[in-house]
Amino acid sequence: MKQEEVNDKSRRDFLKTAALATVAATACGSLACSCNSKKAPVSDKVKLLSPTGEIVEIDSAYLNHEEHMAIVSKLEAREGIAGKKFVMVVDLAKCKNARSCVSACQKWHYRPKETEWLTVKLLQDSDKAAPYWFPKQCFHCDNPPCVKVCPVDATYKRQDGIVLIDSDRCIGCKFCMAACPYSTRVFNWDEPELSLDIKNLAYSPETGIPAKVGTVEKCDFCPDRAREGLLPPCVEACPNGVFYFGDENEDTVSNGLETVSFTQLIKDRSGYRFMEDLGTKPRVYYLPPKDREFPVEKGYQDADSAIKERFKDFKDILEAKE
Amino acid sequence: MELNNYQQEAFEYQRKNIETYGKRAWGWTIFYVVCILVGLYALYLQIAKGHGVTGMRDNVVWGLFIVNFIFFIGLSYAGAIIAGLLHLSKVTWGKPIIRLAQFMTLVSVIIGPIFILLCVGRFDRMHHLFIYPRIQSPLTWDVMAVLTFFVGSVLFLYLGLIKDFSVYRDAKLNIPKWKQKLYKVLALGYRGAASQKRHLIISQNLMAIIMIPLAIMVASILSWIFGMTLRPGWHSTIFGPYFVLGAVYSGCGLLIVAMWFYRKLYKLDYYFTDKHFTYLGYVMLILAAGYGYFTFSEYFTDWFASEKWNSELIHKLFSTSEYGWWTLFANAAGIALPIAIVAIPATRKPGPITIAAFIMVIAMWVKRYLIIVPTLETTLLPMQDTRIEYVKYAATWPEWALTIAGIASFLLFFTVMSKFVTVVPVSGLEDTHTVHEQHLLHPEPTLENTSKA
Repeated sequence: MKQEEVNDKSRRDFLKTAALATVAATACGSLACSCNSKKAPVSDKVKLLSPTGEIVEIDSAYLNHEEHMAIVSKLEAREGIAGKKFVMVVDLAKCKNARSCVSACQKWHYRPKETEWLTVKLLQDSDKAAPYWFPKQCFHCDNPPCVKVCPVDATYKRQDGIVLIDSDRCIGCKFCMAACPYSTRVFNWDEPELSLDIKNLAYSPETGIPAKVGTVEKCDFCPDRAREGLLPPCVEACPNGVFYFGDENEDTVSNGLETVSFTQLIKDRSGYRFMEDLGTKPRVYYLPPKDREFPVEKGYQDADSAIKERFKDFKDILEAKE
Repeated sequence: MELNNYQQEAFEYQRKNIETYGKRAWGWTIFYVVCILVGLYALYLQIAKGHGVTGMRDNVVWGLFIVNFIFFIGLSYAGAIIAGLLHLSKVTWGKPIIRLAQFMTLVSVIIGPIFILLCVGRFDRMHHLFIYPRIQSPLTWDVMAVLTFFVGSVLFLYLGLIKDFSVYRDAKLNIPKWKQKLYKVLALGYRGAASQKRHLIISQNLMAIIMIPLAIMVASILSWIFGMTLRPGWHSTIFGPYFVLGAVYSGCGLLIVAMWFYRKLYKLDYYFTDKHFTYLGYVMLILAAGYGYFTFSEYFTDWFASEKWNSELIHKLFSTSEYGWWTLFANAAGIALPIAIVAIPATRKPGPITIAAFIMVIAMWVKRYLIIVPTLETTLLPMQDTRIEYVKYAATWPEWALTIAGIASFLLFFTVMSKFVTVVPVSGLEDTHTVHEQHLLHPEPTLENTSKA
C-alpha cells in the first residue's frame, strides 16, 4: 500500500522541487514531525522516488525542507491564476475516514490538531439510508454567501474559482462564518501558536501563513501549490484516491493515481453538488457512495477513540455490524 | 427667552435638579463607573488574550455582544420613532416625554455599536470599513445606517435642547462657572427672536420627519444582517418589519420604565401623569399584539411547513430540555403579560404597567438571545464535535461583565444628563397648558404630594 503510494507520486513534481519531504512523509507515515524545523542530522530515513523511477531512502536531514511556495503579490493573489477554473471531485465510495487528508492539510498549513480546514463527517441522509463518510472542505462556491457579506472585501472570489481570505485585511466580524451554510470557516480565537520557522514568513493570502489572531481562515485549495503544478496535500495524502483536483477549463482532474476527464467522471458516476438547493454553486462535486470500497464501519473501528467519540450518535449502527 | 406660566413653573420646579448633583446621584455615578471599570478590565483581558475568553466559538460565532447590540440599537430606533411622532403630532400630552425618548435614542446608538466592536476580532482594523468598504455587504449598509442615525439623533436631541439651554443660561442658576459657560455656548445665542424661532421649528420638524423613516430603515438593515444569510430562523422575509416592531415595542417599554423612575425620583407627577402611563400602555398593548402576531406567524409557518432545518430549530426553541422555558418566558412575559396588564382596567395603573413593561424589556432581551444563539447552534451539517464549547454557547464572565458595563453606561448617561438638562423639556411645553389644568390647582407641590410619589 505505502509502496504503491510512493510509486504513484508524480515524477514531474519531484524533479521540479526536489522537496517532496512533506509529501513523502505523509505517504510513508514515518516522518510525523521532523519536517517542520531543524536541519540537524536526524536518523529518519525518507523514502523518495528518484528521477530514474526507483525508490530510494535518504536521511531526511539531506533534504531541502519544504518552504512554502513563492509569494505572489496581493494583487496576483486577488486575481488568481489566469485561464484556470479549479474544481474538486470527492469520491464518497472510496472514503474510509482514514483522515490522512486532515493531517496532511494541517501539516501543510501549519495548523494545530484542533483546526480542521478539511474534516470528515459521517452523514446519513435519512433514517433508513446507509451512513457514509463525507470529507468536507471549503466548496469555493461560485455564488459564495461568505464573499457577499464581507464588509471589507477581505474574502473574495478569484477568476480561477478560488475563494480566498486576506488575513491582513480581515476585521474578524465573523459575518462570513455566520453566512457560510456549510460551517467551513474557522476563527483564530486566540493568538495562534506559530513555530519559529514560519513566524517571520511574509504573509500571503495564497499560503495563509502565518495565521493571525482575530481573523477568519479556511481551506484555500492550496493555490500556492497549484501555481507550481502540484496537487493539494489532501489529494496527495489520501491512500484511496478519494479527492480529484483539477481544472474545469482543461476538463481534467487527478487524484494522484489517475487523471481523468472531469465531465466524464461526473457523468459516469452521477456526480452532484452538496445541498444544490441552497444556490451557492459549489466548485466541489461529490460522487455518490455506490459500490463502496470499504464498509462504513471500518472508518469507525479504525479511528482512535477521540475521533470515535464524534460519531457517538451512530454508535449503534456502526458497532452492531462488527 | 420668554416663558409662559407653565414653562416658568416647569422650569422652577426642575431647577434644583440641574443645580445640584446630590449624594444619591454621586453614589449611583460611582457605582456605574465601577461597573464600567470592571467591564473595561474584561475588555482588556479580551484584547490581551484574544476572543478565546468569550464563550463564542466557530459554530456560535456571535453571542451576548450581538444580542446587546440588537437590544440597545433597538431602543435607540424606538426612541427616535416615538420622539419623532410625538413631536410631529398635535397631541400635547406627549411633549413632556419627548426628551426621555431622545435620551434613549442617543445613548443607545452609542452603546449598541460599541457591542458590535467588542464582537469584532480585530478592532485595530476598524478603519478598513472605510478604506475598503464593500457595498454589497449588509454590514456595510449597517455601518452607514448607524452612523447616519447617530448624527441624526444628536441633531434631533440638540435641536430640542437649544431653547432650554437659553433658558438655563438666562436663569441665573446657582451653578459653577464652567457649567454656566457651557449653557451659554450650547444655547447658540438663542434669544427667541422670530427668525430664530422659525428656523428652529423648521429644523426640528425636518429632523423629526427624517428620523422616523431613518429608524425604520436602519432597523430593517440591522435585521438583514441575519435575514440575508441562509440560516434557519434568520432567513425570513418578515425579519425587517419584525425587527422594526420589536425595536419600537421594547423601546416603548423602556420609556415607561424611565418615566416611572423619573416621576419617582424628581417627583414629576404633574408632567408624567397617570394618563401618560395609560396612553403609553395602550401603545405598548398594540405593539405587543403586533409583535405577538409576527412571532406567531414566524414560528407557525416554520413549524407547519416543517422543513428540516427549521423544524430542528423550532424543536430546540420549544423543547423544555433546550430553550423551551426561555421561549415560554420570552412570549409569556414579553407579549402576554403587557397585554393582560393593560387590558384589565384594575391593573391599568402606573405601577403595574411599569412592572409589566420592565419585565417585558427583559423578555425582549431574552427574545433577541433566542433569535441569535439557537440558530447558530443549528448548523446545516452535523457538528460532530467533541468540544462542548464549540457545540453549545455559554457566555463567560467577561461577556457578562461587559454587558453589565453597557447597562451601567446607559444608566450613567441618564443620570448625568438629567443633572445637566431638565428631564421635562421646558421649551416643549409651549402649548401644553390644556394638559396641566390639574396642575394649576396645585401650583406648589405640597408635602403630601411629594411624599405620596
